Amino acid sequence: MKTTDPTQIIRMTLHEVAPEADLDRLAPTADFRDALELDSLDFLRFVELLSERTGRRIDEYDYDQLATVSDAAAFLSAPF
Amino acid sequence: MAEFRMPSLGADMTDGVLLEWLVKPGAVVRKGDIVAVVDTDKAAIEVECFDGGTVQSLLVEPGTRVPVGAPLAVIDTRGPVLSPLVRREAVARHVELDAVHGTGPGGRVTRSDVDHAAGAGDVTEPVGQAAAAPTRRRTSPRARRLAKAAGVDLSAVPATGPGGVVRAADVVNAAHPSSAPEAAVMSAAESTAQPGTEQPATAPSRAQARIEETGAGEPSAAERTAQRALAMRATIAALMARSKREIPHYYLTETIDLTDTLDWLRGRNQTLPVPERIVPAALLLKATARAAREVPELNGFWLDDRFLPAPAVHLGVAISLRGGGLVAPAIADADTLDLTELMRALKDLVTRTRAGRLRGTELSSPTLTVSNLGEQGVESIIGVIYPPQVALVGFGTIAERPWAVRGLIGVRRLVTASLAADHRATDGATGARYLRALTRLLHEPEEL
Repeated sequence: MKTTDPTQIIRMTLHEVAPEADLDRLAPTADFRDALELDSLDFLRFVELLSERTGRRIDEYDYDQLATVSDAAAFLSAPF
Repeated sequence: MAEFRMPSLGADMTDGVLLEWLVKPGAVVRKGDIVAVVDTDKAAIEVECFDGGTVQSLLVEPGTRVPVGAPLAVIDTRGPVLSPLVRREAVARHVELDAVHGTGPGGRVTRSDVDHAAGAGDVTEPVGQAAAAPTRRRTSPRARRLAKAAGVDLSAVPATGPGGVVRAADVVNAAHPSSAPEAAVMSAAESTAQPGTEQPATAPSRAQARIEETGAGEPSAAERTAQRALAMRATIAALMARSKREIPHYYLTETIDLTDTLDWLRGRNQTLPVPERIVPAALLLKATARAAREVPELNGFWLDDRFLPAPAVHLGVAISLRGGGLVAPAIADADTLDLTELMRALKDLVTRTRAGRLRGTELSSPTLTVSNLGEQGVESIIGVIYPPQVALVGFGTIAERPWAVRGLIGVRRLVTASLAADHRATDGATGARYLRALTRLLHEPEEL
């Protein structure tokens, strides 16, 4: 069961980083670092997993584009 | 003989519940081996023993609550001190060292004793029993003990050791096939543990414990979590009340311009794959630890009305738990780790803290604690010292603010560092020296 839908991958990865968070209540336009109280280590883990799963290189200056689920999905869908 | 006692895992601990023994009588332990799991109000903690030797007897049943300092086990420290050579020889020749009569000085087992026991056939009791079976498998001594304890037929265990030797892990796998991945995970996580720690043997019961903790199908799990949350609240309440009652705090703050430092860090991370990137928090921790080495008056404990400097910098890191509550375990020798090592240690510590798998020394050893509330977006934190430590360093969030540099106002990335210190141990001038050192170190990140 491999999904290529960016939103699905993002949500799956967030769930893994913060297993106790209620993702159903996370709005796609909410800053998930705030909403899920991710610290910098959690966020780094998120980036690491996301990069692994999508094969997409994610640099530090890309982090700003990963603030919300919908931003991150747009980032992953955009051409390299 | 030495008594293994209920350790004090922090100044706030008065008693603990022995959850699980990770060794059995007869086991050979070395100083620092993890021998038991103790449940404190904060978490289940793996505790190490402080004496090497042979476990003579276990005095406390799992599930018993005992006060700090109460004897839990007796360790025979006279035990033969074995050279690594003798140990290897014994393993290679399948000799149970515990049963070998030592002829060396002080009853030491020598290489020729091992040769004798292995070759002559006049082996002593335990090995004799096994030798009686002519078709017996080649097994490690620990595998034999485990198999006996678990009631596993050794002849039916698939061997994975070199030369077809049945290893302890094989016995565990045979006894609890489903726990095999768990055992692998545990031993990977414990890769820093010394050889001889009987990790695999404990995997099944740990797996069960974890299931209970996470509440999969366990009705009492929610209650347990609620109880633990209450207990943790009470622990924090007692410790912080004691701190504010006993410690005359003084507070200093300093705003540090991190713009150039963060540019340096960004440049460094740019070329690295994600797992090797370093977060700014790691820089802050490293500088905190190095500054503590420079100003040792703030690194240590206030005990019996005097300051006792600590010989090393074990940096306590306040880590908030997702369910609420706070634990501040230590990164040992944080001042000597390079940034990559420190980053790895920090990730590992946070992961294990949140999974409830801390080690005893990590909780009892901090010599100075740092609280990095910046992650939660507050501008500054004025901390409360963890007794008997004498200082706490706090960092607020790193944020862009207007700031004057060489006569010009610019937008810079700043952090407010604070020091809460025990006025019994030091005066403000010492604290000021500390914050100056911290600032200087953060401005020279390539030296960290």
